[in-house]
Amino acid sequence: MAPEQRIKSFEEALLSLDRVAARAALNLASDEEDSLKFLEGIVVPALESIGKGWEEGRTSLAQVYMAGRITEELMDELLPFRGVPTDRAQVAIAVLEDYHLLGKRLVCSVLRSAGFHLADYGRMNVDDLVERVKADNIRILLISALMLPSALRVKGVRKGLARAGADVKIVVGGAPFRFDDQLWTEVGADATSSTASGAIHVVQGMRRELI
Amino acid sequence: MKPGKMTSMQRVLTTLSHGEPDRVPLFLAATLHGARELGLTLGDYFSDSRNVAEGQLRLRAKYDHDFLCAAFYGALDAEAWGAEVIYRDDGPPNSGAPLLRKPEDIRGLTAPRVSETPCLLKVLKTIELLKSRVETEVPIVGVVISPFSLPVMQLGFDAYIELIYERPQLFWRLMQLNKAFATEWANAQLAAGATAICYFDPVSSPTIVPRDTFLKTGFEVAKEVIGAIEGPTATHLASGRSLAILDDLVLTGTSMVGVSCEENLAELKTAASQKLTILGNLNGIEMRRWTPHEAEMQVKRAIAQAGGGGGFVLGDNHGEIPWQVEDEVLFAIREAVHRWGEYPLNWVKDEQ
Repeated sequence: MAPEQRIKSFEEALLSLDRVAARAALNLASDEEDSLKFLEGIVVPALESIGKGWEEGRTSLAQVYMAGRITEELMDELLPFRGVPTDRAQVAIAVLEDYHLLGKRLVCSVLRSAGFHLADYGRMNVDDLVERVKADNIRILLISALMLPSALRVKGVRKGLARAGADVKIVVGGAPFRFDDQLWTEVGADATSSTASGAIHVVQGMRRELI
Repeated sequence: MKPGKMTSMQRVLTTLSHGEPDRVPLFLAATLHGARELGLTLGDYFSDSRNVAEGQLRLRAKYDHDFLCAAFYGALDAEAWGAEVIYRDDGPPNSGAPLLRKPEDIRGLTAPRVSETPCLLKVLKTIELLKSRVETEVPIVGVVISPFSLPVMQLGFDAYIELIYERPQLFWRLMQLNKAFATEWANAQLAAGATAICYFDPVSSPTIVPRDTFLKTGFEVAKEVIGAIEGPTATHLASGRSLAILDDLVLTGTSMVGVSCEENLAELKTAASQKLTILGNLNGIEMRRWTPHEAEMQVKRAIAQAGGGGGFVLGDNHGEIPWQVEDEVLFAIREAVHRWGEYPLNWVKDEQ
């Protein structure tokens, strides 16, 4: 099957929540499959297409979420030892203050499906997050926010990291950043992505800069 | 009242009937700003019905808008079920950790009774106070979080999506409980003096679930609950898209829909074609950094796109103006509605 057709089949299976068809579309029977090439060639484009569909109003958040979860499960099953080396560009993700964790979960699913290892800090306040990032020598910090006050708290994280002398790239995402395309610069982030899958390219680019 | 000028109630009823009132009605859902008016923290403000009633009345006098909003904050409906609510000084109280730790906990869940739930009784008292002050001159809006959307706070968003798709029995058990609660809660607000109920249902938006899922779930729930609410309703999708389900929303029996700034108001107005009144779609998040001129241009744009023929209420797209939005912007919106929203909208044709 041509790569474009495999991507399309995989995407369609994910959107209809059909695990069996998704697994079949991956067709990972051959032992010679290069896992990273495979991820970049099939899985990442499918997830990006679904994310783009959401941005353009063609797919729903529930489909994006379930697609990410199914893909993550399949990757754990089929390519358990996949992974992009991240030892020189430690990546972490957190939700700032509020209890809306879906955005973080979405980003975790797509980044892990794409082979990234990242530390999931869960829900944090500004001071604890700064301390943890510094202690773990994190270089790329993803922050998810649903509420506007939480999004504005990213300013405090940026200041705290600067005070601590930590050289960290901050990537923000979530509804407030989607509805105001200037907010991410206002809070001192280095990048934003309007979709979870968009975070793949953002993190890939930052990794290249950092290592 | 100037000769020929309508009351807010007349203005709103006229537009809901798809006629042109004296001007476009304005709904500023400034649920938090009343605390600032009274010099109170948000925690103190929401601790007493008298504060909220006074705050809303002062805001209406100040911004000259056409509704009184009796809603406190979105997390209140989850609080009624026993969920933790966390106050902050710069935004709405937020729901804490989900009340249900796992889907199986739904089996042991029972719905709260309105008459035994202090946070709900506070809202009812607020409605009574507002009603005693404005009688039938101004519409008073009560709010219920839809049974289909409440589980985001009851269970957590990710677990709820999985419940919808993977645990249908537990999903419908939760819907049964939530439907009973939402119906009782909405009708209690109407009995206390609310004119209409805002049925807050973001999960039904195609932004959140695909239409085919909605038709099997949130649509059926909405039809039943809206049918049992003993007064008019407006469905609000809280920034979510609505165009793909507008015809379905009509069938739920709702009269108005709160629409997203991500969709074109003119398209929505055409699609609603006298079946639904459109409420929207000022971007509340961007509003925080608008200049007065930008606010005026946004109001003008919205009225040009959707004001003609009535059936339109100007408001924000989320159903809650952020705490960070300053007075000068809200004043500019008020002034712009008076400048550009008076019917007939001859200027729209002149500018085309």
